[in-house]
Amino acid sequence: MTEAVIHAEGLKRHYEVSGGLLRKPRTLRAVAGLDFSLSAGKTLAVVGESGCGKSTLARMVAMIEEPTDGTLTLDGKPVRPEDWADLRKSVQIVFQDPYGSLNPRQRIGAILMEPLTINRPDMPRKERERRAREMLDLVGLRPEHFDRYPHMFSGGQRQRIAIARALMLDPKVLVLDEPVSALDLSIQSAILNLLTELQERLQLAYLFISHDLSVVRHVADDVIVMYLGRAVEKGPKEAVFSAPQHPYTRALLSATPSAEPQARRDRIKLSGELPSPLNIPDGCPFAPRCWKVQDKCRAQVPELAGDVQKSACFFPENGPASPAA
Amino acid sequence: MSLLRIRNLSVSFATASGAFKAVDGVDQDVNAGEILSIVGESGSGKSVSMLALMGLLPWTATVTADEMTFDGVDLLNISKSARRKIVGNDLAMIFQEPMSALNPCFTVGWQIKEALRIHLGLDRKARHRRAVELFEQVGIPDPERRLSAFPHQMSGGMNQRVMIAMAISCQPKLLIADEPTTALDVTIQAQILDLLADLRNETGMGLVLITHDMGVVAETAERVSVQYAGQKIEEQPVDDLFNSPHHPYTAALLDALPERATDKLLPTIPGVVPGQFDRPRGCLFSPRCKYANDHCRAVPPIPAGPELGFVRCHYPLNTDERNVS
Repeated sequence: MTEAVIHAEGLKRHYEVSGGLLRKPRTLRAVAGLDFSLSAGKTLAVVGESGCGKSTLARMVAMIEEPTDGTLTLDGKPVRPEDWADLRKSVQIVFQDPYGSLNPRQRIGAILMEPLTINRPDMPRKERERRAREMLDLVGLRPEHFDRYPHMFSGGQRQRIAIARALMLDPKVLVLDEPVSALDLSIQSAILNLLTELQERLQLAYLFISHDLSVVRHVADDVIVMYLGRAVEKGPKEAVFSAPQHPYTRALLSATPSAEPQARRDRIKLSGELPSPLNIPDGCPFAPRCWKVQDKCRAQVPELAGDVQKSACFFPENGPASPAA
Repeated sequence: MSLLRIRNLSVSFATASGAFKAVDGVDQDVNAGEILSIVGESGSGKSVSMLALMGLLPWTATVTADEMTFDGVDLLNISKSARRKIVGNDLAMIFQEPMSALNPCFTVGWQIKEALRIHLGLDRKARHRRAVELFEQVGIPDPERRLSAFPHQMSGGMNQRVMIAMAISCQPKLLIADEPTTALDVTIQAQILDLLADLRNETGMGLVLITHDMGVVAETAERVSVQYAGQKIEEQPVDDLFNSPHHPYTAALLDALPERATDKLLPTIPGVVPGQFDRPRGCLFSPRCKYANDHCRAVPPIPAGPELGFVRCHYPLNTDERNVS
């Protein structure tokens, strides 16, 4: 087992939300205690619906936001805001929307060289340019693209540029926040292939944030399923997808449409919607939508339990031959 | 006779750099009570053809067709006021972003009652009764109270239900749903798709589902029409389309699905959808097609007969002479 590049314990992020002029501010628990570790060359996928805290997690790992509580270590060193500037070199992020994440006034060459200009000011300009051109080639773009502007590229090509920029400083960890959600199907597969190739070649660790379970099933090694800021299930991909333990994971799997018309399955219908993260119910956060809820679920918060595959449920689904598989 | 009959529909937009053909010679039939799905990537003209039918395109668009009849009414040579009577009444549409389709300044109750007042001319009491009834029908809990809520006070899934309630308020014969679940989470998406299918079963209306998600198509549609770069390239019943696609583009698109992957690297489609200036002379897919030859690049194919799914290809796949596994 390789040493973990990133290790998180009890990671939390709370936001103060003002309730208006005279009301007391309330606390929004975007991420309410998360443990995980990520090794080189592996992909950890975080899945969940909107508002479950997966993007907040990405921002904490990418050192854009400071955790409210908990520890995050990178290569064994604790991540503290005073060291951020230094540590950010080894953790880079790729965002969902390649239209919003590239400066429209910068040429591609300048976009790729900027990380070096900032972090390696001693590097000669020639060397910076050489590296940028190398990177362009690595992500499958042509040399003449170096002097073009972002608007001249399609969505898939822009995402390649965003990935190239993230790789300029030789990071160890790449945080991918919904990297293919904004792309068409035919482009999506090319970007996923590029990510796979880069990971093999550079031994990158990926924190892959996505809501698309079919993509996650393809790329992930380990999966964390989040619901309202908590991990409800965590484990190796095969185990989570073939024998989900938490009812929410099962419901999520069964709700994901499959591209096999014959495989019309019994869909588990979740009634209701996600509760607002501002007033998470007492007890298990999933209790109001769960079909096997009991009194105990409404009173106590279940902890993540289990050896390899962990789930936070008092009455986990256990049968390996679950219909949602 | 089919409910909707479109023959040789073309839409071109006047742009600063010349005319751009967004829809090119599309034929389409929709029968009462069936679910037809139109799939394609962005820019394939799937939304534009339906907007042309609704008469919702801006003045820069030129719509031409040999025939466009809905329920026996010729929509090509119809006065604006006569069209207004049909659109929103017998022919209704719901859009991708429920948040931006609803007016943020009025309560959802006011907005749904407006439709009832204009199209059905009900009095105040009857409008209220019908609005409550419709909200119940689309599964909005506590309808009386929800009628006085503003769109921003409700979730995306609830707003989409309001849109559906409005669209079915006049018991349309045909409902066009343009990416109705793209902005929603998967568990909510499952609820909305089930709702649309249930409404179809209850009312016997025709349903056109525009989407780019093959999973949604496989689970919901009965007949599928595939569009590429403004042309309809293939149309088949859903099972046949997924089992034996005739057009190389459809086959490549299905292969690119992560859930059909057999290998860590996914099959991809090289290149991008042709734009305004690089439309090929022959088959529009020829620059990206792995089977293309000189004939494909020179001569545009014409649609085949119904036995081959109207495929627009010189060398269709999965036919008796040409079996490609």
